[in-house]
Amino acid sequence: MKFSEQWLREWVSPQLGTQALADQITMAGLEVDAVEPVAAAFEGVVVAEVLEKSQHPDADKLSVCRVDDGSGEPVQVVCGAPNVAAGQKVPFARVGAVLPGDFKIKRAKLRGQESRGMICSASELGLEEETSPGILELPGSAPVGEDFRAWLGLDDHTIEVDLTPNRGDCLSLKGLAREVGVLNRLAVTGPEVAAVAASHDETFPVRVEDGERCPRYIGRLIKGVDVGAETPLWMVERLRRGGVRSIDPVVDVTNYVMLELGQPLHAFDRANLSGAVIVRLAREGERLVLLDGQEVSLDDSTLVIADERGPLAIAGVMGGEHSGVNEQTRDIFLESAFFTPLAVAGQARTYGLHTDASHRFERGVDPRLAREAAERATALLLEIVGGDAGPLVEVASEAHLPEARRVVLRSARLEQALGKALAGEEVGEILERLGMQVETTESGWRVLVPSWRFDIAIEEDLIEEVARIHGYNRLPVRRPQARLGLRPDHEARTPLARLRRQMVARGYQEAVTYSFVAPDLQKTLLPEAVSPVLANPISTDLSVMRASLFPGLVRALQHNLNRQQSRVRLFESGLVFRGELDDLAQIPMLGALACGSREPEGWAGNRAPVDFFDLKGDLESLLAMGGDAEAWRFEPAEHPSLHPGQCARILHRGEEAGWIGTLHPAVRAQLGLKAEAVLFEVRLDALTHGRVPAFMPLSRFPEVRRDLAFLVDEDLPVQALLDTLRAEAGEWLIECRLFDVYQGKGVSEGRKSVALGLTWQHPSRTLNDEEINKLVDAIVNESRQHLGAELRG
Amino acid sequence: MDHLPNLVTEAREAIQAADSIAALEELRVRYLGKKGEITALLKGLGKLPAAERPAAGERINEAKQALTGELESRKASLEKAALEARLAAERLDVTLPGRGQPSGGLHPVTRTLERIEGLFTRIGYDVAVGPEIEDDYHNFEALNIPAHHPARGMADTFYFDATRLLRTHTSPVQVRTMKEGRLPIRIVCPGRVYRSDSDLTHTPMFHQVEGLLVDEDVSFADLKGTIEDFLHAFFERDDLSVRFRPSYFPFTEPSAEVDIQCVMCSGDGCRVCGHSGWLEVMGCGMVHPEVFRHSGIDSERYTGFAFGMGAERLAMLRYGVNDLRLFFDNDLRFLRQFA
Repeated sequence: MKFSEQWLREWVSPQLGTQALADQITMAGLEVDAVEPVAAAFEGVVVAEVLEKSQHPDADKLSVCRVDDGSGEPVQVVCGAPNVAAGQKVPFARVGAVLPGDFKIKRAKLRGQESRGMICSASELGLEEETSPGILELPGSAPVGEDFRAWLGLDDHTIEVDLTPNRGDCLSLKGLAREVGVLNRLAVTGPEVAAVAASHDETFPVRVEDGERCPRYIGRLIKGVDVGAETPLWMVERLRRGGVRSIDPVVDVTNYVMLELGQPLHAFDRANLSGAVIVRLAREGERLVLLDGQEVSLDDSTLVIADERGPLAIAGVMGGEHSGVNEQTRDIFLESAFFTPLAVAGQARTYGLHTDASHRFERGVDPRLAREAAERATALLLEIVGGDAGPLVEVASEAHLPEARRVVLRSARLEQALGKALAGEEVGEILERLGMQVETTESGWRVLVPSWRFDIAIEEDLIEEVARIHGYNRLPVRRPQARLGLRPDHEARTPLARLRRQMVARGYQEAVTYSFVAPDLQKTLLPEAVSPVLANPISTDLSVMRASLFPGLVRALQHNLNRQQSRVRLFESGLVFRGELDDLAQIPMLGALACGSREPEGWAGNRAPVDFFDLKGDLESLLAMGGDAEAWRFEPAEHPSLHPGQCARILHRGEEAGWIGTLHPAVRAQLGLKAEAVLFEVRLDALTHGRVPAFMPLSRFPEVRRDLAFLVDEDLPVQALLDTLRAEAGEWLIECRLFDVYQGKGVSEGRKSVALGLTWQHPSRTLNDEEINKLVDAIVNESRQHLGAELRG
Repeated sequence: MDHLPNLVTEAREAIQAADSIAALEELRVRYLGKKGEITALLKGLGKLPAAERPAAGERINEAKQALTGELESRKASLEKAALEARLAAERLDVTLPGRGQPSGGLHPVTRTLERIEGLFTRIGYDVAVGPEIEDDYHNFEALNIPAHHPARGMADTFYFDATRLLRTHTSPVQVRTMKEGRLPIRIVCPGRVYRSDSDLTHTPMFHQVEGLLVDEDVSFADLKGTIEDFLHAFFERDDLSVRFRPSYFPFTEPSAEVDIQCVMCSGDGCRVCGHSGWLEVMGCGMVHPEVFRHSGIDSERYTGFAFGMGAERLAMLRYGVNDLRLFFDNDLRFLRQFA
C-alpha cells in the first residue's frame, strides 16, 4: 500500500516529521518499506499560459510561443512539443530554473529564434518515468505565475507500507489515518460523505443468488455521463502517489475511492447489461473475457457478476472486457458490494489474477462501508463526468453479514501474557481508541469489535493490540525459569557433528548443495532412481528431488574444476528422497567426493591422484568412530555411476547402507569431467549407530605371532580369506594384519600373494607352539579346501 | 723405570693427537691394556729392590691414572665433537611446512547452525529435526494457516501435488514435537527450508533455526529476554540494541519482528541496513492458541513462545558475506575461508 503523506495529513496530522511518522507507523506493526519524494528535485518552474503560438520560420518541428509566466512581460520561448497550443496552461521553467538531473535553463537561441525558458513535459519534471510525448497541459484554473511545485503540492512523499495479511483494514487512507490517530491520540477527519439525492428514479434490477458469499450488494444507475471529461490533476496526482495509473475518469474515481476508503468498486456500461445484474456462482466451463483481454474458463466455485446472458465479472477480482466502461458509454451502473473473504480468497490465485480488489476482499473489506463508498464515488463522478444519479439499490442478506464480535479480555491473562500489569485505564483507553466499544467487567473488559477489524476474534488478538499500542519496547524483559532436569544421552550414538569433524580432519570441505537437482544429471548418475518431482520448480535444473548425494557433489566438483581448482575434496550431509510420494523415504546420508592429488602440491607432497583406497580409508575412519567397525562390510557390486571394477556396496549389519567407488569413466565422459573422482555415500543412521565401549582385561602373557603368505586366485576377495581365517583361528586371535598383497615375479599368472600377520594371546596363560600350530594348520587346510589357497614357501 | 716420564709425555701427545674413538682405544690398549707399556712397568715392579718398590709403584700408578683421565677426557671431547657434527648434519629447515593432509572445514551455514544450537542446548533446549517433504497439514493447517488464507502467499511454496510440498519453514517440526505432548518443551529446530523465490537476495533453499518453549507461565517478557540474550551472545556484543516490532504470523500472537542495530555501521546507516541503522534478523511471538488446540495442549494452562531466523542471514552479518548465492555454489575458494 502506497500513499501520499500530504493526503494522510489531511485526515490526521501529528506533529512529526516525515521520517518520524514513518518510524512510528513501522513500530506499530505497519512496516514502512520506502519513503520517497513524489517528484524529483527541481526549482524555478511556474504555471504559465501560452498566449500565442507560431511556426518557427526555420524549423518544421518547432514552434515559437509567447508565454505569460506572471512576471508581467510575455516571454518568447521555442517549443518542440507537438501538442503545445495557444490558451494552454503549462508548467514553465524560467531562465535560471533547475530541472531534475541538475539541468539548468539558460537563455538560448534555437535556429535563430530567442528562447527564454522551457515549457515542460511530465517526464522532464520527473513526474512520469516514460518519456512523455508532449508538454503537460494544466487545467484552465491553474493560477498563472504560481510556483508549480507548490501549486501541485510536490513537496510530498510517497510512503509505502508492507502490510501483513491481517491488516486489511489499513489498505486505505481512512484505515491508515485511523491507525495514526490511535497512535497519536488525535481525532481523524475524512471528507464529508453525504447521500447524493437521486435526480431520476430509474434503477437496474439486482438479484443476489448467493447471499452467503455476497451478503451486501449496492448498485446505482448514473445516466448521461461524459466519459470524455478529464480526470482532475489533483486526483491523477493522488492516484499516482498511491501507485495507480490514471486510465479514464470513471475508473479513476473507483480507484480513488478504493484508495481513500478501502472499498473496491466497479462500473459497468449500462448499455451492455441485459435484464438484471445477478450475483451467482459460475457454471462450470462458462467463459469470460476479462478486462486485461485474457479469456478464462470459469469453475463452479467462482462467484461472478452476471446478467441474463452470462458472466460479466469475477466478483471482487476483475471485471469483464465486454461490460466495462468505454468511450461510447453514456450510462453507468456502479457496483459497491461486500464479498466475503472466503468467496474471493483463492479465486485470484486460481486464475492467476492478483488485483487491488481481490487483495482487499481476501483480507476483509468493512462490510458496512459499501453505502458510504457508493455515495462518495457518485458525488465525485457527478463532479467530474456529470450525469444524473438514480436511487441506490441495496440487496443485503443480514443473516450472512459478519456479526459484530464480542471478545473478552481478562486482566489476569493480560498480565500473565505480557509479564506486566498495565493500568486498567490505559487498557480501556487503548481499546476504545481502536474503535472498540468497551465494557469494564469484574475480571477485565468485554469489547465489541468494529466491523473493519477482521483480525480480532479472540482474547489473544486483544492482548496483541494492547501490547502493540502500549509499545512492545516498553514491555519488560526477563529470562524464562526452568527446572534443571537431565535428559537422556545416548552414548552409543555418534553425533553428526563428530562425523563432520572427522571429515574435516581428513581434509574435506563441507558442501551444501540444493536438495533438488537437474533431472538429466540425476538420470546420468542414477538411471533407475525414482524421486518426487516438483510441480512448480524455479527452473528445470532444480526440479527433481535428489535420490542421492552424488548429483550435488558431482555438480560442485564441476563448478570447482571449471574454476581452476584441481584438487577437490567435498562432503555433504542431508536428506535424499527415494520413491514415489506415496511410498517416500527421506533418508539422512553423508557423502563425500575426492578428486585430484592425494595431498596438496607441496615440497614433500604425495602428488599421486587419490584412488579408491584413499577414500575408503577416510570412510573407514568414520566407520571406526562408532567403535563397531566389525559391523561394516564392503562387497563387490555394481552401481550405474561407478566403475564396475572399483565399486563396493557398503553393508552395515548385513544391510545395504551405501556405496563407494570410482566415478564410471563413461559417466565422466558424459559429464565432460576430465579428472578421475572417487565418491561414497552412507546412511547416517548406520554411521551414527555405534556401541558403548566394553572393557577387556589386559593379558600379562606373551603374544605369539605367525606370518602366513597365501597364494590365491587374483579374483578372490581378500575378505573371503580373512573370514576363513577368523573362523579357524580360535578365540585367542587378537590381531590379524594384512601386510602385503603381491603379484608379479615369483607368483604365477592369475594368482596373487596375500601376506598376513596373526597374533594370538591368551588372557590367563602362555600359549604353546603346539596349540598355535594346530590353529595354523586348520587355517591352511580350510583355505586350501574352500578357497584354493596355497601356503607360500 | 727411567723412561716413564718420556713414556707419559709420548702417550699424552698421542692421546691429544688421536682423532677418533678407535684411535683412542688403540692407545689405551697400547699403554694401559693387559700387554700395555704402562702395565708392563707395573708388572716389572717385582724386579726392583723392595725398598724402591712403593715409590716406583706410586709413580707408575700416578702415570696410569693421569693417562686414564687424559683418555677419558679426550674421548668425551671427541664424542662431543662427533655429536655436534651429526647434529649439524641433521639440521632441518624448520620453516618448511609440515607434511600430510591439511584440514578441510565446515560450511559457514553449519558453523552458524552449530553455534546457534550450542547456545540454546547449553541452557536446556533439545535439537529436533524432521522431514523436508511435508504435507499441507503440518506446514500450514496445524499452524493456523487454513487453505486460501492470504498468509499462504507469504511463503511461495514448492508443491509436489495438491497436498504435499517442501516445507517453507521448520515449524512443522514444532508441530510434531507438540503433538508428542511431553511438556515442558524447549527445542530448537535447525534445517533446510524451501521457497520458490530466486534472485539476488533469495535462494530457493535456505536454512532456518526455529525455537519453541512451552511451559506454564511463559510470557512475552520471557520471549524478549531470550531473544535479547541470544542476539547478544551470537554477535558477542552485550551492548547491541535490539527492538521488537509488531508483526503478524498466523501461528503466534502477539507476533514481532526483531531488529538489531546494524552490525556493519553500528546504527549510523549504511548500504547493508538500507540506511535505517536497523537490520531485521528474526521473527517471533507467543504461540497462538489455535496451534495449541491442533496439538492438544491446554492453552489456559500452558503458554509458550516461538522464534525463527535464517541461518544464512545471520552468517552473512557475522562473517560479512555479501552475496547469499555464494553459500550454495560450493566454491572451494569461498568454503576455505570458514575453516
